[in-house]
Amino acid sequence: MPVSVTNSKLIYDALKACDVKIISALPETWLVHLIRMAEEDPDMTLVRLAKEEEGIGISAGAHLAGVNSALLMQNHGFLASINAIVSLALLYKIPLLMLISYRGHMGEKDPWQTQGGLVTEPILRAINIPIWHLNNPPDVHRRLKDAQTLAHASLHPVAVLLSRELMWED
Amino acid sequence: MLRADALQAIYPELEHHIVVTIMGAVAVELYMLGHRHNFFYLEHAMGLASSMGLGIALAMPEHKVIVIDGDGSLLMNLGTLSTLARYKPGNLLHIVFDNESLLSVGGFPTATATGTDLTGIARASGVPSVLEAHTPDSLKTSVSEALASNTLTGIVSKVEATGPKSFHMDLPLLENRFQFKRCLEAMQRHTHVR
Repeated sequence: MPVSVTNSKLIYDALKACDVKIISALPETWLVHLIRMAEEDPDMTLVRLAKEEEGIGISAGAHLAGVNSALLMQNHGFLASINAIVSLALLYKIPLLMLISYRGHMGEKDPWQTQGGLVTEPILRAINIPIWHLNNPPDVHRRLKDAQTLAHASLHPVAVLLSRELMWED
Repeated sequence: MLRADALQAIYPELEHHIVVTIMGAVAVELYMLGHRHNFFYLEHAMGLASSMGLGIALAMPEHKVIVIDGDGSLLMNLGTLSTLARYKPGNLLHIVFDNESLLSVGGFPTATATGTDLTGIARASGVPSVLEAHTPDSLKTSVSEALASNTLTGIVSKVEATGPKSFHMDLPLLENRFQFKRCLEAMQRHTHVR
């Protein structure tokens, strides 16, 4: 499977450097290595979800309990979580570090991913969520740390979009 | 059983634990019994109180977390039962007051009014202990047993579809949020070596 193990490890290490202790996830192709790394790490609590919006609740609970968390989801999972983001994270000023695999963008071959790709950034902007693109390996550590820093300072969700260039090798 | 009577019966247990409730009548009724900083009322995001409870329970394993849910909210996020059952945090108690109604939006019947069985769904999802309690006394006993058992427990209590006259709470939701977070931090400091 041409999902980049090297760059997945880079992202995972950056999450560890951010002192992330709880990761919620719903599997999708680009996230497989990240989820496996979380599962194999005895110091990480991985919560496999039935639906992505549960992760908004879990991260809200973790934040109120003083523990850093991150969410791994596909952009369609983000779309499925919008009410939870609005009615919990934005309403209650909860920082979220959302790592979103950006399917349906440039280079996408699967027709079924393309509508979600077209609306991801406009919807993030519509609900006022700052976006950081992860395209280049040298940016990963700095951008994830900065995204978390902004989330905590603003008590607001942030979106880190994982691009095809970073995640997929073909 | 009236939910207000049920809450009164278990208030002495709730008082000392982390409590997350859903919006609407149950939040107001608990608030009126006596607000405490360890109580969080999720005033929106229907369905996610149990997910929040799971996040807190995983983050604070030495503390008990009690989620007070309702049939309408739980039906919006049935997947939460499979997630709770997957990780089985022994410090989490999930109470569901089932009034078979979306009371706070005008009393429309939910699917539990036409036979959907939340106890059965919770059991079939793999929640290790699922109890039913339909009187204040039996609920109090079930709550005490569940808290002592260190086993993920669900309790379903049928209650009447009546609520308070007013839904007003003199507690802005952000005040509740910051109060609650500070309270959890203080609890962590007193017991916690991570």
